[in-house]
Amino acid sequence: MITRDDVLHIANLAKIQLSDEEVEKFKDEFQSILDYFDILDEVEEEIEPTFTVIQLRNVFREDAPGECLSREEAMMNAKHVENGYFKGPKVVE
Amino acid sequence: MDDVIIGLEVHVQLNRLKTKLFCSCPINYHDSEPNTHVCPVCLGMPGAMPVINKEAVKAAIKIALALNAEVQPFTVFDRKNYFYPDLPKGFQISQYDRPLALGGYVTIETEDGEKKIALKRIHMEEDPGKLSYKGSITLAKYSLIDYNRSGVPLLEIVTEPVMSSPKEARLFLNKLRIILEYLEVFDGNLEGAMRVDANISLKGGGRVEIKNISSFKGVERALSYEITRQRNLLRRGRVVLRETRHFDEVNNITVSLRSKEEEQDYRYFPEPDLVPIHTSELVDEVKDLLPEMPEEKRQRFIQQYEIGDNFAKVLVLDPKMADYFEEVALQLDAKLAASWIVDVLRGELNYRGWDFRVGWEKLRPEEMIRLLKYFVEEKITEKGVVEVIRTKLDEGGDIDAIIQSKGLFAIPKTEIERLCREAIEKNPKAVEDYKAGKKQAANYLVGYVMKVTRGRADPAETAKIIREMLSN
Ligand SMILES: [Zn+2]
Repeated sequence: MITRDDVLHIANLAKIQLSDEEVEKFKDEFQSILDYFDILDEVEEEIEPTFTVIQLRNVFREDAPGECLSREEAMMNAKHVENGYFKGPKVVE
Repeated sequence: MDDVIIGLEVHVQLNRLKTKLFCSCPINYHDSEPNTHVCPVCLGMPGAMPVINKEAVKAAIKIALALNAEVQPFTVFDRKNYFYPDLPKGFQISQYDRPLALGGYVTIETEDGEKKIALKRIHMEEDPGKLSYKGSITLAKYSLIDYNRSGVPLLEIVTEPVMSSPKEARLFLNKLRIILEYLEVFDGNLEGAMRVDANISLKGGGRVEIKNISSFKGVERALSYEITRQRNLLRRGRVVLRETRHFDEVNNITVSLRSKEEEQDYRYFPEPDLVPIHTSELVDEVKDLLPEMPEEKRQRFIQQYEIGDNFAKVLVLDPKMADYFEEVALQLDAKLAASWIVDVLRGELNYRGWDFRVGWEKLRPEEMIRLLKYFVEEKITEKGVVEVIRTKLDEGGDIDAIIQSKGLFAIPKTEIERLCREAIEKNPKAVEDYKAGKKQAANYLVGYVMKVTRGRADPAETAKIIREMLSN
């Protein structure tokens, strides 16, 4: 059973804040998603898992340098920059 | 240390490649301005698609084979989800339950003999960007992010928890570094080339993980500190909590990190933008490229050159030193070459903080050969050779010019003998004194030879000749 704490934990991992109603709403929705996954229990165990639906393998790139963005282009949409760096939150360590 | 259990997770940059793991940005960013080696893929821009670098996969397979690991026939990438400013996408492309290789081992030489350090797994992932802080980390209000490193091909090598001392951990890392250097996929001199997470537990205590130690010395010191800290807790009847700690390299202590995600919190799932890799063809390709590894080279040196294991063991520590030896040994007596390279040149380079890559440029093998030939022909003394090596390393210049200008060309033995006879003939008083029992009178005669040769004669050798002449 999905609990209120499960929802809050997952919200915390996703760094989003939920109202009490939203917590209740997601509790039910998470539960129905998990119930849906129970269908997989009916699959025979020997079946190889599918990692991708694309029928391709070994798609490679050669180790040859290509064009980079200029720093101006790279940073043009960033709101917070300083001396050629992106600015981000301080990470507590 | 019977009660200590250590396991390591080593992050190795495949930094001799030209481009990143999933985009074609060059990875020679070390002397560059921040955010100049970036593109939509390594900045995590919406819609950008990763395509994997074939040479990176081959380099990873090469390492796995050299570490005796089993390359898996089928391998996939996964997303490891967490928020951290150095990770522009909000996830790191890594590998989870289908890693590139499983098992393997590295043999180290401990005081109690050889020990095999078993490996658990080897997987590929992308390096995150680099965070820095203006001023001190505690006072800074925000982080500064450089994504030049974002996407650099990284290999994570995970050992089993089988090491029992900080020293063993260091021996393992040294050996691993040598193997990686042999494979020509790794340059350990570049900043951030190898970073280590260490797990350590004492009997009866929880397992502590120390994150992101950036030097080998750091690993040894962090582990030693942890052993003391955990022992003290256990002695006082306290519990050692299972937690993640950070190593403070300035103060040589570890400090607790507040939060740590559990593995399931990373919500791994297969990376939908990359297709699986079937490795068999690549493994065949790479097998042919595997160079001679340190252990094989050591055995070959002992057999082919008939040098002692004490020399062979040291020579193979650096592939460049081994090559240097072979160049010199082809022209000269191999034992002589080994002894000069291991006992003298290596020490002189170490003293100056250089490895043999630098040494090769400062004193080229052909110059070393010329110098040692003079020594074999007794044109220069042992002391003279050392002096030439030092001068050459510090000031450069031509070997012969150095010998000339320092007056190091030895005087032939016949010339010394002639001068000794001359000293005896011209100083009958000293000879008389010597024969009368005043042994120190011989010093006067040696002094004469030294004076005429302006100090170029070997004093010990000269004294020996004079004593022989006088006793006849
Ligand atoms: Zn890029």
